[in-house]
Amino acid sequence: MFDFVSPFWSWFIIAGTGGGIIAMFILNIWLGKDSGPKGENGETVTMGHVWDEDLAEYNNPLPKWWLNMFYITLVFGIVYLILYPGMGSFQGVLGWTQANQYDTEVKAADAQYGPLYEKHLKVPVAALVKDADALKMGERLYLNYCTVCHGSDAGGGPGYPNLRDEDWLWGGTPEQIKAGITNGRMGMMPPKGGKTDMTEADVQDVAAYVFSLSGRDAKAGDAAKGKTTFDTVCMACHLPDGKGNQALGGANLTDNIWLYGGSEKAVHKTITEGRSGKMPAHGEFLGEAKVHLLTAYIYSLSNK
Amino acid sequence: MADQATYNYKVVRQFSIMAIVWGIVGMTVGVYIAAELAWPFLNFDIPYLSFGRLRPLHTNAVIFAFGGSVLFATSYYVVQRTCHTRLFGGGLAAFTFWGWQLVIVLAALSFPLGITSSKEYAELEWPIDILITVIWVVYAVVFFGTIMKRKTPHIYVANWFYGAFIITIAVLHIFNNLEIPVSLTKSYSVYAGVQDAMVQWWYGHNAVGFFLTAGFLGMMYYFVPKQAGRPVYSYRLSIVHFWALVFTYIWAGPHHLHYTALPDWTQSLGMVMSLILLAPSWGGMINGIMTLSGAWEKLRSDPVIRFMIVSLSFYGMSTFEGPMMAIKTVNALSHYTDWTVGHVHSGALGWVAMVSMGSLYYMIPRLFNKEMYSMKLIEIHFWLATIGVLLYISSMWVSGIMQGLMWRAVNADGTLTYSFIESVEAMHPFYVIRMLGGLLFLAGMCIMALNVWRTVAGSEPQEAKIPEPVLAH
Repeated sequence: MFDFVSPFWSWFIIAGTGGGIIAMFILNIWLGKDSGPKGENGETVTMGHVWDEDLAEYNNPLPKWWLNMFYITLVFGIVYLILYPGMGSFQGVLGWTQANQYDTEVKAADAQYGPLYEKHLKVPVAALVKDADALKMGERLYLNYCTVCHGSDAGGGPGYPNLRDEDWLWGGTPEQIKAGITNGRMGMMPPKGGKTDMTEADVQDVAAYVFSLSGRDAKAGDAAKGKTTFDTVCMACHLPDGKGNQALGGANLTDNIWLYGGSEKAVHKTITEGRSGKMPAHGEFLGEAKVHLLTAYIYSLSNK
Repeated sequence: MADQATYNYKVVRQFSIMAIVWGIVGMTVGVYIAAELAWPFLNFDIPYLSFGRLRPLHTNAVIFAFGGSVLFATSYYVVQRTCHTRLFGGGLAAFTFWGWQLVIVLAALSFPLGITSSKEYAELEWPIDILITVIWVVYAVVFFGTIMKRKTPHIYVANWFYGAFIITIAVLHIFNNLEIPVSLTKSYSVYAGVQDAMVQWWYGHNAVGFFLTAGFLGMMYYFVPKQAGRPVYSYRLSIVHFWALVFTYIWAGPHHLHYTALPDWTQSLGMVMSLILLAPSWGGMINGIMTLSGAWEKLRSDPVIRFMIVSLSFYGMSTFEGPMMAIKTVNALSHYTDWTVGHVHSGALGWVAMVSMGSLYYMIPRLFNKEMYSMKLIEIHFWLATIGVLLYISSMWVSGIMQGLMWRAVNADGTLTYSFIESVEAMHPFYVIRMLGGLLFLAGMCIMALNVWRTVAGSEPQEAKIPEPVLAH
């Protein structure tokens, strides 16, 4: 990758680098030759300058091993800059770039590991869950790619669904799970269900009704009044019975499972401010075969 | 008082004492954040104590407050004494002292409050950056002004290094901190994307190269021959390694950005120049160690010499390690791991702090006209510091290499063997060892403070008379 705006900068780099290396060669050759002043009997004496009463300098020769080490690194540098990019826009005789190194390594990995995954692609998920080796591979994929959000035990966390239970926002069939992994999901609960003129009291009433759906009593709010609002606003996604429309990712409100917390405060916040959840798409990134194995593993967690 | 017949020791005394104070502060914060990494509950959910805010406080305190104060103290001491003249500029030196202390206090307040420009080692926000620039220019005026009015025909080698350090840091500081303010406490860099990253690491690595290396080599070139009572080993070696060092260091920054969006050519140049840097760095080590040779018997009796020889050994070791880590294939393992942290500390504790301590132990009796209170305590300090550094860097080597290997380990099916959190878990015992190493190092620093306090208390410092220079014979 070279993005010089003019050839001048390329030459500038070449002159600076090459000139610097040549200058170091000259410096070493110039000062590496003879040794410093000698006394009458050939002993080492100082240069004759004295600072601060007793500071003086010998002028011993540059140590040979050190000088040679210096030359070796300089020669290495020159060879490296001939082989690899470095001298301005000169690409190096090997034609190496980090981008093609990456491509080569990925290609090699795909060739080596690809068939291990491909062979499971023909087996349907329902059968794959009985294949211990395949599940093990699926688990390893899960640990690599999914744990950051869903946790290493797939138990989820606030805002991140638990994958071990029977509760599925978008449906729990193998096809639905696979669609979620491949294309991702965008969960969206609008603030106040989109009815922006909802008052604080209305929100409390709706919350009370929502709690009643899973058999809980709310401290505040009138569930009966809340039902009226629910039946005109919330039911569009959560359905009249509160079980949720999986085609829209509407949460089931009757099972006492709360993605964003089940306290009165949390539910109140959910209704007032809305919620949005994003599961990123993994299809292009992982490829069909890996997604297939992942699907089997996740399906197996709630379908023993 | 401000008599041209005496040296200005007052500013040197002030910087020397504050160096010890800031050393303790900076290292205490370092030990605390090391403990936070081992036991994260120690941040107590208090934002001002969180790792992200205290870490820049630690790095800035040890580099710029401790290291900076030592550099000011020694450079003012050395430049006067080797030029046989009082510091140039009258009250300007005092201005740099008070200004620098103000910068440090502002840093200590702004970092815990979360005020940061987010550039590593350059986190201070724009008003403080401007203050630093002003102080630095005045520093340069004092230093080079003193050189200009020197009574000696030649400029002593230590001053070349101090001079290079002062000039280069000015350039680095100004260009890395070009930013557009949006409020008193927030600004944005004028550079964008990978260019911002490149400027940052051009600055970042040369903060190491010039602040923590060239400046401290200046220290080495004065205090090692002085304490050993021997001439510098080789004048020509100092010429070669000085010019090669200052030329090559400037290019080394890209090795912090291997395998990133940085263009390939820049990465290659960074790697090549970092490797070439090995010999120039070792030139300084050789000149120091060979100057000590012939005074080896002093190693047994003189703990100050021991600080110096150990610091030179660590200098040699970390400047060997650095070029190796700059090689792309090695870097692919070491990058983003604790190995880097260990490498930095073998330089910072082993080299920078040890040579500083040796130099301070040399200067303080002379500045305060009193023998050090206890040689025994200096010896204890030496051993605490040495064992502390060894624990620190060996734990980080093991932890870092383990981390690197765990991150790249793959199963037979190509999946990663370890999740990230497993590598974090594996690091825990080494984090504890690292914290203990730091604690020992800090304990040594506290003993130094005690020793210096007992020395300074009741002393009657006098300004030293400037002797006539010995002219060439």
